[in-house]
Amino acid sequence: MSNKKNQSDKILLDVKGLKKHFPIKRGILFSKQVGATKAVDGLDLFVREGETLGMVGESGCGKSTTGRLILRLIEPTAGQVTFDGTDLLKLNKSEMRVMRKKLQMVFQNPYASLDPRMTVGDIIAEPLRVHKVFSSSSDMKKRVRELLDCVGLNPAYTERYPHEFSGGQRQRIGIARALALNPKLIIADEPVSALDVSVQAQVLNLLNDLQGEFGLTYIFIAHNLSTVNHISDRVAVMYLGKVVELTENTKLYANPKHPYTQALMSAVPEADPTVMRGENRRQRIVLEGDIPSPQNPPSGCRFHTRCWEVMDVCKTQEPPLVDTGNSHYVACHLYPAAAGETPLKTA
Amino acid sequence: MAEDVLLRVKDLATHFKTEEGIVKAVDGVDFEVRRGEVLGVVGESGCGKSMTSMSILRLVPKPQGQIVRGELMFDGQDLLKLSEDEMRKIRGNSISLISQDPMTSLNPVLTVGEQIMEAIQLHQGLDKQAAKNKAIEMLRKVGIPSPEERVDQYPHQFSGGMRQRAIIAMALSCEPKLLIADEPTTALDVTIQAQILDLMREIKEKENAGIIFITHDMGVVAEMCDFVCVMYAGKVVEAADVFTLFKTPAHPYTEGLLKSIPRLDDVKERLDPIDGQPPSLSKLPPGCSFAARCPEAQDICRKQEPELKQVGVNQFARCLMRDEWKAEAEA
Repeated sequence: MSNKKNQSDKILLDVKGLKKHFPIKRGILFSKQVGATKAVDGLDLFVREGETLGMVGESGCGKSTTGRLILRLIEPTAGQVTFDGTDLLKLNKSEMRVMRKKLQMVFQNPYASLDPRMTVGDIIAEPLRVHKVFSSSSDMKKRVRELLDCVGLNPAYTERYPHEFSGGQRQRIGIARALALNPKLIIADEPVSALDVSVQAQVLNLLNDLQGEFGLTYIFIAHNLSTVNHISDRVAVMYLGKVVELTENTKLYANPKHPYTQALMSAVPEADPTVMRGENRRQRIVLEGDIPSPQNPPSGCRFHTRCWEVMDVCKTQEPPLVDTGNSHYVACHLYPAAAGETPLKTA
Repeated sequence: MAEDVLLRVKDLATHFKTEEGIVKAVDGVDFEVRRGEVLGVVGESGCGKSMTSMSILRLVPKPQGQIVRGELMFDGQDLLKLSEDEMRKIRGNSISLISQDPMTSLNPVLTVGEQIMEAIQLHQGLDKQAAKNKAIEMLRKVGIPSPEERVDQYPHQFSGGMRQRAIIAMALSCEPKLLIADEPTTALDVTIQAQILDLMREIKEKENAGIIFITHDMGVVAEMCDFVCVMYAGKVVEAADVFTLFKTPAHPYTEGLLKSIPRLDDVKERLDPIDGQPPSLSKLPPGCSFAARCPEAQDICRKQEPELKQVGVNQFARCLMRDEWKAEAEA
């Protein structure tokens, strides 16, 4: 969508070869590592300033882990995360804490991510206090009221507790907290999936408005393809710890290239019986079986065990994420790189 | 036509006594389920859709919850007049339930086979070996590979999609006349959901059962259901055949719900959400429960409670502002 006025060509966040292997240990006294869950395993993507990058995939594909790795809420095993010219993985703890002012997160569950014993005012003021933004408490209170107003809540609510609010209102409080430090990038991990549909739409519109107002860049992580496609400028589709396709939302819908994206798209039930039923109903690609375990991902292309277009090369050689033309990145042997384009990163 | 009706729910109401007063979880639900038809019940959390299914099975938590009025005519008898023993013969036999969460609705210390056999032995009086053979046959029917081995495995050895298949196998094992599916795919990923919906469609075509399909996902409704009831704050606010409902929704709530869903094939800049949030069921306002959020509400909506009235050929709505539709329908 071209509705984002402040989108630029500047790359704000560049992630290369990001990996997170969670060790699996056996034994208590002499515990040793017997394997690893490869939650994120060589992930490449970039985010332009002012855009919304959606990350979509099924449970266990590593999308939430990726969000946390970028903020270093969990430490990556390997890779490079360049934010605004700085490699985040090279920063020490205190440098990273300062950096987090610019990178904030909105969490999935608005019932669990707000401390029930803190007032709304304290919750929103906490980041301001931690980073010692204001010297006077009246300035801070003013800022808190301003933030509540920004997210569409009554500024008089500062003395109330989270349990007095509905799910949608709590998510607004979570968003206000993320906005408090004027961040550049907000990572929203399933911010609406715990909410009812009518309330989801309110929060999605709010995120959209705030982006225009403050020139924010979003990474929007969700499993619901329709929601991600709605809010994002570009969408990254993940499968078993890797990005398999990355392109603009309109291109992803009109021309999904990776077989997994095609299957995912066709599996989404649209709220329209004329599309979903009868003789002319949309053809659905039903994948066989389940997602393989990330402890022992398949050799070659990770999708080859469920792919209906599988070739011999897919079983042995891992396809790199390449630009197949017009910045439509695909990691699949069916689609060679466009002439003159180099892979985003070799697999 | 009338003999095709499997279940007729009339003015069902289930109330709960709580510290905050009486919560009217279900308060005015009317619908019919026919053989070979899928009836969708759709609404947001707390609208009473799951409690409706629990009321049909008479599994309302006691003593705080009670079915206070209504009629549940199933196969010529009123379920509300049956004794507990008679009801037990119906549950899992001629009415069975596919529950919401495949992760918690199986017993982790019994094999999947044992759990399927339980219902078969109880209701069909088969011996152990025959019941096991039937369980294997059921697992094969729902598309579980190598069912002879799977039947002796425990639920943790099954993936989420396979557990849901096992639960469906269990629900189908006694050839129910009525199948209640309460959010059967909500806990699953979309590609797995697609597999399960395909299976449910197959079941609908093969078995001549009536299905009540409870969901909050309008996409799933569009795909699966023939007739749809939209619930809001414990009441059916609109009932229509699926094509009419999506094309010309009569109740402003249905309209708002459809507008707030992002669509893949039609990306809009802004969604058109319903303002506010659903009211608390213990403190329902007078008049129409939706009036506070309704863009069309007039003064009368806040005073007078609307009734479910026919507004079109296959369409009913509980809205005072739609009475003129009724006049047109009659003319």
